[in-house]
Amino acid sequence: MIKLIGILIIIVGFALKLDPIAVVVVAGLATGLTAGMSFNQILTTLGDAFITNRYMTVFFVTLPAIGILECYGLRERAAYLIGKMRSVTPGRLFVIYTALRTLAAALSLRLGGHVQFIRPLILPMAEGAAKNNYGELEEQDIEELKGLAGATENYGNFYGQNVFVASGGVLLIIGVLKELGFNVEALAVAKASIPIAVIAVIVSAVQFLYYDRKLVRKKKMV
Amino acid sequence: MQNILLELLYVMCGIVSFIAAYYAFTGKGQECRIGTSLFWAILGLVFTIGRYMPKNVVGAMILVMAILAAFKHVRVGKFFTSSPEFKEKKAAEIGNKLFVPALAIAVAAFGIAQFTKLGGLVGLGIGAVIALLISFATTGARIDEATRESARLLHQVGPASILPQLLAALGALFNAAGVGEVISRGIGAILPADNITLGVIAYCVGMALFTIIMGNAFAAFAVITAGVGVPFVLNQGADPAVAAALAMTAGYCGTLMTPMAANFNIVSASILELKDKYMIIKKQIPVGVVLLIVHIILMLVFAF
Repeated sequence: MIKLIGILIIIVGFALKLDPIAVVVVAGLATGLTAGMSFNQILTTLGDAFITNRYMTVFFVTLPAIGILECYGLRERAAYLIGKMRSVTPGRLFVIYTALRTLAAALSLRLGGHVQFIRPLILPMAEGAAKNNYGELEEQDIEELKGLAGATENYGNFYGQNVFVASGGVLLIIGVLKELGFNVEALAVAKASIPIAVIAVIVSAVQFLYYDRKLVRKKKMV
Repeated sequence: MQNILLELLYVMCGIVSFIAAYYAFTGKGQECRIGTSLFWAILGLVFTIGRYMPKNVVGAMILVMAILAAFKHVRVGKFFTSSPEFKEKKAAEIGNKLFVPALAIAVAAFGIAQFTKLGGLVGLGIGAVIALLISFATTGARIDEATRESARLLHQVGPASILPQLLAALGALFNAAGVGEVISRGIGAILPADNITLGVIAYCVGMALFTIIMGNAFAAFAVITAGVGVPFVLNQGADPAVAAALAMTAGYCGTLMTPMAANFNIVSASILELKDKYMIIKKQIPVGVVLLIVHIILMLVFAF
């Protein structure tokens, strides 16, 4: 039982928002020591696995190209293209954004973000669309609109990313499985992530379109 | 051939890390200059020549990086970058060609993984080089802009960039210490090992619950896969790639439902000026629950 101290340290450390790197290393040291490993053995195991798993951090090689593109207006261009869309209702706008964001994540395009896209672009467009269709919104409806605007970014970001063969999630899966004695291909993991990416877009679309319907009903009742 | 290309890829990653160290060491207004540049330089060393070093020395270097991160001695530098006006102007001038290099990375990684024996990682490396060349051609950027921008981005990601790699190393330690066996013995006391449906439910729900507590699906994955996934799902004949892929995204369902994932759920609520800081989570909970159930069904159908 005492060996589980490492898991306890991880849970408490992450929950308290302590520095994640330090939490993980302390959890490793504690686990090794309680299992009767020597300090040198622990360092050797840690170092060996860290070298074997270097491939999890290979996104470094993409940074020069991505950096240049960001410097020369990649985000601005994407924002311009989204802004050109004439979307009819807030719900439909969110559906389109979630689908595009999922696609971008699957291609490892880092286009998105609450700061970069939702606040300056998607939220104002949704508010404008709501006003055109349903008139002035009540305060609670505006709160819900903002909540959905925040959620659309997360849905697209989370479920699309593992479709990319060299994403952090996919590489972590392969690495952990390898340490546990299972050899799997990155491509197989990426392909297995496709169905849930599609389903997530559909399920969230139901939520967004339901919000539209709620506003339509409210308008009729007035 | 593949191994040589992979080592070359790691050397390139190391160079990117050394560049971040150089900008930290020389940058004007850099806080914690020594700590920051030391962190990135050590990581650069691990990438480039770590393979030839004694493994306990590498372990000690990780310890140094952890101490630097724990005491907040790794800071984001102050970088010059292009102005919003410049970005708008270039975005209009260059147009959709800006997307070509970014797409080239994805296409090369997928294509090389699918059609050659070199694998997705080598594909990513080749794609990155192609993308860099096309970026220079389409934007007319200078080389020092590439180095500066890569350093800026790496500083922004910060020490968290090595978290996945470190979690895998932790998984190795857990394995050496026999942690997985302890957990699975504990769960085995209440859960019959050969009941596939219960095992799948335990794996998916366990991922979501641990992610809700920790706020991080990556950390949950290493722990839950060793303790629950392997004995109750993978050893029962599941396709490991399919089961593990779904377990990870089942964890993301937990991310949708927890204030512990503050970046996604709480900080963003402030960014959108929500009065109710929990509104994003409230909206995400029904979708998260539905998707979690879908995960259980998909794992039962596709992994067996």
